[in-house]
Amino acid sequence: MTDHADNTVCRLADLTPDELRNTIVRKEKLSPVLTLFEIRAPLIAKAVKAGQFVMVWMGEQSERIPLTVSDWDPNKGTITIIFQEVGRSTIELGQLNEGDYIPSLSGPLGKPTEIDKYGTVVVIGGGVGTAIARPVAVAMKNAGNHLITIVGAREKSLVILENEMRAVSDEIIITTDDGSYGRKGVVTEPLKELLDERKIDLVVAIGPLPMMYAVAKTTKPYGVKTIVSLDPIMIDGTGMCGGCRVTVGGKTMFTCVDGPDFDAHEVDWEELRARKAFYFNEEQIQKEIALSGGGSK
Amino acid sequence: MARGGPRNPMPQQDVAERVKNFDEVALGYTEEMALDEAERCLGCAKKPCVAGCPVNIDIPAFIKLIKEKDYIGAAREIKKTNSLPAICGRVCPQETQCEAVCILAKKGEPVAIGRLERFAADWEAAHPDGKSPTQPENPELAKYHVAVIGSGPAGLTVAGDLAKMGYSVTVFEALHKIGGVLRYGIPEFRLPRDILDREVEYVKSLGVTFLTDVVVGRTFKVTDLLEQGFEAVFIGTGAGAPKLLGIPGENLSGIYSGNEWLTRINLMRAHREDYATPIKIPKKACIVGAGNTAMDCARTALRIGAEQVTIVYRRSRAEMPARAEEVENAEHEGVVFKLLTNPVRFIGDEKGAVKAMECLRMELGEPDDSGRRRPIPVPGSEFEIECDTVIVALGQNPNPLIRTTTEGLKCESWGGICINPETGMTSIPGVFAGGDAVTGEATVISAMGAGKIAAAGIDRYIREKHGI
Repeated sequence: MTDHADNTVCRLADLTPDELRNTIVRKEKLSPVLTLFEIRAPLIAKAVKAGQFVMVWMGEQSERIPLTVSDWDPNKGTITIIFQEVGRSTIELGQLNEGDYIPSLSGPLGKPTEIDKYGTVVVIGGGVGTAIARPVAVAMKNAGNHLITIVGAREKSLVILENEMRAVSDEIIITTDDGSYGRKGVVTEPLKELLDERKIDLVVAIGPLPMMYAVAKTTKPYGVKTIVSLDPIMIDGTGMCGGCRVTVGGKTMFTCVDGPDFDAHEVDWEELRARKAFYFNEEQIQKEIALSGGGSK
Repeated sequence: MARGGPRNPMPQQDVAERVKNFDEVALGYTEEMALDEAERCLGCAKKPCVAGCPVNIDIPAFIKLIKEKDYIGAAREIKKTNSLPAICGRVCPQETQCEAVCILAKKGEPVAIGRLERFAADWEAAHPDGKSPTQPENPELAKYHVAVIGSGPAGLTVAGDLAKMGYSVTVFEALHKIGGVLRYGIPEFRLPRDILDREVEYVKSLGVTFLTDVVVGRTFKVTDLLEQGFEAVFIGTGAGAPKLLGIPGENLSGIYSGNEWLTRINLMRAHREDYATPIKIPKKACIVGAGNTAMDCARTALRIGAEQVTIVYRRSRAEMPARAEEVENAEHEGVVFKLLTNPVRFIGDEKGAVKAMECLRMELGEPDDSGRRRPIPVPGSEFEIECDTVIVALGQNPNPLIRTTTEGLKCESWGGICINPETGMTSIPGVFAGGDAVTGEATVISAMGAGKIAAAGIDRYIREKHGI
């Protein structure tokens, strides 16, 4: 990732149709359930900034899903996404290979994370959320912050991007729930110690909803500004449907255009949790379809 | 001599059957019906219908061709000014436009212009004569490129018109399929997908390039397009941001905007088990609002298997903004209308899903700014309506994406883009706009009318700039 990509847009006229086909140029299995794709998407690679996402659609019967961009190279014209195979769409996405095309990829969407020189910044990545936290960490470091990263996962095989995070951090703490790697426990434990020990100016937490909620509760008593990157259910990703709406500070926001970053202390977490879980049964049925190989390709 | 008497009714799919499928409700005229209906047109000299049409189709001319059994000729006549006749014949509110001013309407029923338009367009599609579509008027213009943002009715019109003139046109669409509101908004039983595909193919056959998955404002900016060598840019991004009620409980699960409901079903086909996008089949669905979108939501809910569908509207029947025909269709299909009723809050269950809607009864007072009688709440009239699905269909605001990412683009305080009404040009030279992005939510045909004005404006702008 270059931080200061030159601002010229990719000239459409210079691109062949083949270059606009979202070809997967590199596939890496980071763990049995975590997959990395580097995708040729020159228009998105030129425009994307830390914190933004893309919408992916894989064909007629597919749904549209948001995936946050983990890395990009405007010169090569590629973006990188890392996803966990949890439902029908991500399982089917994981079945694609190098050389395959992604039928529809649009973005970058959402507002970029607000990067500034805050002072001491703690960036927390939980599970696959670390993929999203990485570009934010890089940008925060480059903006002149003292960067502390906390990378949390359930167990050792789910710890991703450790070297990349280590390279950019002034300090790094790794936790696993089962103690199979790094410190045993959850990310909020070292976070609380940091908050007790010294002045933290900003916390950015990206990961599963319960983790972000726990971080919000941990930092609140200290009055430390805390940003989270939300991933509610989305359909179009462009502000058209309001399916991704979330209450922040008593106001209704559309995550896709007003977010995905919001003030963690203002988010109505209970409501978000309920909205995300609404289609749980339907999602399980779809997952079965994907696992039995009956989905769309 | 023109025949007198009433117009030919539109044959419809039987109501008991149609609520179980997504096939088109209106079946279209037979040749016999079309010939008989065409005979009703007086071919009057004043042609008030032409002025009543936002794209000024020469209506008496195409009806005359139908009378002469030259149906393909009739379709081509319409296509001189309207690239999407099969769509307009289906979704235009003719009763407030061409048909409203038909001379026959003074004493009886107007000529069924929309039905004849549809007949001609469908005939042409069913009887391809292998002739290539219109050749560009001036192939010299092909060296000038125009970018069109949005592939809805306004964008398709601008693209079609400019391609016919000879310009090279690229349409950028944010979604993965072309058609904008025609695709995600209007249900199949009003506008079958093969008809839409056919009209889009026609625009493609004129030489227009479509690029899906490009979100202008994000993937690149409007002004980037000018820097990339496009001579002009047309913004036809529609009114894509749903209006909500702003009352407590509105973000409970099971409460959708009209856009979300229709997008899930029309674009993503969530009601089909083999499609990945989920939806819950309602037991009791309430639709808030009484415009065309509300009718579409209600009728769609019935078709996916809802047991009970109720339209809740704060005014009375006379004030409903939907086309009378759509209200009638909804009613025949079993939609219940609860009028003079206004929701004040939503009540959720222990899982955060909606289970009821608390409403107030309303009375009508003096006319308000819209000229419609203002609804006034009856104190103490609170009551609850049980429901597991609520669809809020109150209309749309313009999508803020372009407005907030285009420096120097002058907009109204409510978000509509300001244009010169004669040329369609915005505050940025070379950037034009039209349709719902300018007016707020309106009709397909008014967006097409705006598209025609902008296409002419773009043509003039490019000619003046290059001294052609």
